[in-house]
Amino acid sequence: MNSTSASAVGPSGRTGPPAADLSRKARPAETVIRAVLMVSAFLSVAITIGIFIALARPVIGFFEEVPFGTFFSDDAQYGVLPLIGGTLMTTAIALLVAVPLGLGAAMYLSEYASRKARKVLKPTVELLAGIPSVVYGFFALTFVTPTLLQDILSLEVNFTNALSAGLVLGVMVIPTIASLAEDALSAVPQSMRQGSLAMGANRMQTTLRVVFPAALSGIGAAIVLGMSRAIGETMIVALAAGAQKNLSLDPREGMQTMTGFIATTAQGENPVGSTSYNTLFAVGMTLFLITLVVNIVSIVLVRRFRQVY
Amino acid sequence: MSVATTTAREVTQSLTTGRPKDRRPASLIFLALLWFSLFFGVVVLLVLLIDTAIQGAPRFDSALITEYGSRVLPETTGFRAGILGSAWLMLFTALFAVPLGIAAALYLEEFADTDRWWNRLIELNLQNLAAVPSIVYGLLAVAVMALAGFSDSGTVLGGATALALLILPVIIITTREAVRAVPREIREGSLALGATVWQTTWRQTLPSAIPGIATGTILGLSRAIGEAAPLVVVGLAGSVRFDPTGVLSSITALPMQIFSLTSQSQEDFQTAASAAIIVLLVMILGLNAAAIYIRNKFQRSW
Repeated sequence: MNSTSASAVGPSGRTGPPAADLSRKARPAETVIRAVLMVSAFLSVAITIGIFIALARPVIGFFEEVPFGTFFSDDAQYGVLPLIGGTLMTTAIALLVAVPLGLGAAMYLSEYASRKARKVLKPTVELLAGIPSVVYGFFALTFVTPTLLQDILSLEVNFTNALSAGLVLGVMVIPTIASLAEDALSAVPQSMRQGSLAMGANRMQTTLRVVFPAALSGIGAAIVLGMSRAIGETMIVALAAGAQKNLSLDPREGMQTMTGFIATTAQGENPVGSTSYNTLFAVGMTLFLITLVVNIVSIVLVRRFRQVY
Repeated sequence: MSVATTTAREVTQSLTTGRPKDRRPASLIFLALLWFSLFFGVVVLLVLLIDTAIQGAPRFDSALITEYGSRVLPETTGFRAGILGSAWLMLFTALFAVPLGIAAALYLEEFADTDRWWNRLIELNLQNLAAVPSIVYGLLAVAVMALAGFSDSGTVLGGATALALLILPVIIITTREAVRAVPREIREGSLALGATVWQTTWRQTLPSAIPGIATGTILGLSRAIGEAAPLVVVGLAGSVRFDPTGVLSSITALPMQIFSLTSQSQEDFQTAASAAIIVLLVMILGLNAAAIYIRNKFQRSW
């Protein structure tokens, strides 16, 4: 709708012959306002470029002092590999929790719930997204690790461990996946469900074998976006996953993530230009690039499912 | 009754009532799994709230909001500085992000030709910015402050810059939706009476979209008020013992105080942190209630 109205009323006046005369009339105030609004809109692009420039300067400074090979190694001081390992571990645990639960909730909301029930249930699921992450971090540290993992499940976990951080991270990501996956499932045309039911399939078969595959790219986008959230989340992992670099495959151990490293290091003294200051930005740039790639994959997938139906 | 008619009846029933009359075990198990995934999160949320409320209950006293943070007296440590700091942050975050966000949204909805590649670039970029990790905005704010020559870390200005950058995409996206919901006839009527595009936007479209914009803004702020990650990077203190006095005064914020107390091992600090979490959740709940009130009271249906 927007594109049509914009081209119909736009100052270029390409459509509507009589209006063309008036719209060519010089209106200085109008031009100025349009320019101001346009600058505001382009500011969002400037922010992205700003992120690159802001991160690039200290990153260049960092690589002048620390060789590239040392950064991408498990070097105790400057290595980023253990941090990437920690991020992958917590993200993987989070997705193990959030993907089945998020998709289950989405399938119920889209295929089973009546319109009235959905109106109540969807905001309830989304409540989870409104809880600040520092609160989730506190919960992971003071409830999930000591009470749930150590007392109830009697696992031998460290005080800070990737498991509890990942589990709570997963709960936080559920609404992101559920919400976007529900959109994708609801976008599947009703005629496909009717066709399936008419062939004698029951509702479960219809959901799993017809609607789910038809919405696959949207569901993929939902999962990828959830992954991006899990990678970038800071407070839960800063509090509950540990503050020690640890390249390990055992989720019961504490391991620092990229975001956790930035949060921990930023609390200390980091004068502008020092190596510790530059390290922050080098890790920040790595994090930004990883989430950028993940986000672009998600955006491409969303476009695909919007195009199909 | 033949199999065909039974099935047909089942299908029509399930289509009209939305409830399957299917009692096969596989279907029931599947439905139970769906129910489980739907309510798992809610159960976790309840456990979180109850656990925190029980832990924090001994500290629901007036000292909690009137006293400054204290390392020596954990049993009367308070969150006055954090609550005031968060309020200042919200004020300046809104001041920075709202005008900019509305201007950008109006350009994209009312002026931009969406076929042009640069406008599509803005759209793509907004989608990406909405998913950039919040801690990266903290780094950006640090770099901006360093470039602008502000040497003090942990100020209102630095924190509000980071939070404003964080919620700008949210505000732009919700404002665009609110503006898009204003019917085209309103614009066309105004244009037909000789108003320019800007006059139409300023006097017709924008006023009609205000409730939607306000709701979106408050929801954006309710996200910003709970954020700690960018504030940690900007260098906000875990605790200060004075009220904020200006944009360049060093402050703390409620989520920052919770973060720094959680890292302390003493029992009293954990109790105080639990009580502060309840305060923070009440503030967020208040913002959300305001958003819902505004939406229900002022939203017009066309």
